[in-house]
Amino acid sequence: MKSLFVFVLTAFFLAAPAANAALNVLTCEPEWAALTQELAGDLAQVSSATTALQDPHRIQARPSLLAKARRADLLICTGAELEMGWLPLLQREAGNARIQPGQPGYFEAARFARIIERPTALDRAQGDVHASGNPHLHLDPRNIARVADGLTKRLADLDPVNGARYAQRNTDFQSRWTAAMARWEQQGARLRGAPVVVHHRNLSYLADWLGLQVIGELEPRPGMEPTAGHLAELLETLKATPARMVLRTAYESPKASEWLASRATIPALELPYTVGGSPGAKDLFGLFDDTLSRLQQSAP
Amino acid sequence: MFHRLLLAAGLAVALASPARAASPDEIAALRAEFESKFQSLQADYEARLKALESRVQTAEIKADNAQQDAAANAGPPPVSSSAFNPDISLILQGAYIDRAGGERPISGFLPADEHAHGERGFTLDHTEVVISANVDPYSRALVNLALADDEVEVEEAWFQTLRLGHGLTVKGGRFRSGIGYQNERHPHAWDFADNSLMYSALFGEALKQDGLQLRWLAPTELFLELGAEVAKGQFFPGSDGGADKNGAGAWAAFAHVGGDVGVAHSWRAGLSYLRASPREREGFLDDINDFEALTAFSGRSSAWLADFVWKWAPDGNPRQRNFIFAAEYFDRDEDGDLLCRDDSAAGGACLGLTDRYASAQSGGYAQAIYQFMPRWRTGLRYDRLDGGSVDFGTNGAFFEAVDFDPSRWSLMTDYSPSEFSRFRLQFARDKSFEGDPDNQVILQYILSIGAHGAHKF
Ligand SMILES: [Zn+2]
Repeated sequence: MKSLFVFVLTAFFLAAPAANAALNVLTCEPEWAALTQELAGDLAQVSSATTALQDPHRIQARPSLLAKARRADLLICTGAELEMGWLPLLQREAGNARIQPGQPGYFEAARFARIIERPTALDRAQGDVHASGNPHLHLDPRNIARVADGLTKRLADLDPVNGARYAQRNTDFQSRWTAAMARWEQQGARLRGAPVVVHHRNLSYLADWLGLQVIGELEPRPGMEPTAGHLAELLETLKATPARMVLRTAYESPKASEWLASRATIPALELPYTVGGSPGAKDLFGLFDDTLSRLQQSAP
Repeated sequence: MFHRLLLAAGLAVALASPARAASPDEIAALRAEFESKFQSLQADYEARLKALESRVQTAEIKADNAQQDAAANAGPPPVSSSAFNPDISLILQGAYIDRAGGERPISGFLPADEHAHGERGFTLDHTEVVISANVDPYSRALVNLALADDEVEVEEAWFQTLRLGHGLTVKGGRFRSGIGYQNERHPHAWDFADNSLMYSALFGEALKQDGLQLRWLAPTELFLELGAEVAKGQFFPGSDGGADKNGAGAWAAFAHVGGDVGVAHSWRAGLSYLRASPREREGFLDDINDFEALTAFSGRSSAWLADFVWKWAPDGNPRQRNFIFAAEYFDRDEDGDLLCRDDSAAGGACLGLTDRYASAQSGGYAQAIYQFMPRWRTGLRYDRLDGGSVDFGTNGAFFEAVDFDPSRWSLMTDYSPSEFSRFRLQFARDKSFEGDPDNQVILQYILSIGAHGAHKF
């Protein structure tokens, strides 16, 4: 009991907040941490709950995340039910009133983005479908620009003293982003209409933006592991309508895509998916630079 | 459209009116009037349609414009669990069980359940309804009902604060106590088909509290959570008699610490204390005549629990492979008086004496679960209880001294086609009932329909 008391006391002393950073930001995914860094620089202390090698659908509200959520001034997540298996628990158990739904300290990127693939019918027989549309929205860079505007406003709301600096950083980011998008779209022009197979529907926005034609998915239903039977069927389909490549993300197992690619004699390509998913994807610009260069190399 | 119909109907009535024969001139005039009215109506509608179209177009342009705040125009409708309809989920958990029949209490321990015999053959086992929603911005409520033939049991019914801040959360109503690790987990979230011997001996299934819970999460890098509960205390190890009073019949306190080691490992450790004051808590014990004697215990019951959980997944991504190790240990002391009811007329040994009863018992379990490929997991659990010392006072004359440490090995493999279904096969070598070890086989299914449950650590 005495040692417990000492422990609590130590905890109080450790609790001294980081003095120099204005906002303590926790993001659900690395892309929003990277975006916050672009917009806030050293005005915010940012950490991400997940890495590019983790599946954002399947995370647990583990102790370290609760401890982070407890101290966050701003929680930034994708929303659109992507994190429904763990985020509500994180918000409820953190004892932090600031980051509750509806509060300024909780920011949902999906509310500022253009959402595609809204299901017309909801039935678990269709797999783990997301009721409010496809949540993997950051792979359309136009969505990043939209979310950046929304986030800039939110940062200014929470930290009005630095409002002008957020706005100025956003203007700077938007002009660099617009230029980069033009470059990427030019690089991707040759890929327009290219038939591809994807592992999960987490590449839908990339395909939508670049005009890739998704003709098959390795998952038999969204969120369900690829099965041998489904892959064999897919291989048959590819014989009739060949694809240019099989795409997967850094957090997905390479087994299924390599199995299919080797039999269909097309390249299997791993894309970083988000910041940190490859050595080149160091920030948001690197993410798309690397994604485009990988796509170009595989589809000459 | 409606106007046009009305007009046409009016015209038809006017034209068909038998009361007054209309002249061709009148009909022509009416027809002209109708035509002109219809045309003006049409023009009006076209103008309105155009206006609407242009409004939609501007809205689309606005939505596409990256400089605009897209919130109002392009975002998805706000979907969250705080929508007006509560989240409802239903859990179906049934099994085919092959094990020894009859009463098989854990030897040497006062039973936490009236009925110590498990079901055999096909069984519905456990059907659960969970309903939850935010009450308002300040609190959330949840009800968990266990359905069985002819009865509905309120497993949980509580509210939880959402906006106290400062790391504080208050829960009130009936809830699963925050002590230990497994206690808050419902049977469908267990990693084995049956309860650990430790929890069976301590609480029957799990400790439920009717009362209040306060939790405080420290604002530290390291996860540190402290909690305290005051409750009525009618559930084992408390009793209805002990709960019949003003104030609290039971209280508990717990502390949890946890964190990550690198990106692949995470852990949590905890220490909890529970204190209850049962009065005339009934329990059946086999006496020296092999007769089931009814006993009533009054006194205090206190228990320490220690728990540790460690999880591993390559790169912190549990989808392909992951490993979970969990272990808990308890130490319980009970001190008070035991009445062994006079049942000599029925063949029992007891003579209705009340005398001192004191016990110091302990035990625990350790389990490891390994997901070796997607969908497939296998797990091993070892249960062991220490009968410790039990002093019946003069009532000791009616009971055989038990020097026995109940234990059990369980091995399971489960297959989960999706996040919402799981099928499990479990073998156990059960040595919790003295003198009659049992080999058990359980084939179990767990299905959940409705709202997506959260993944608790
Ligand atoms: Zn998805």
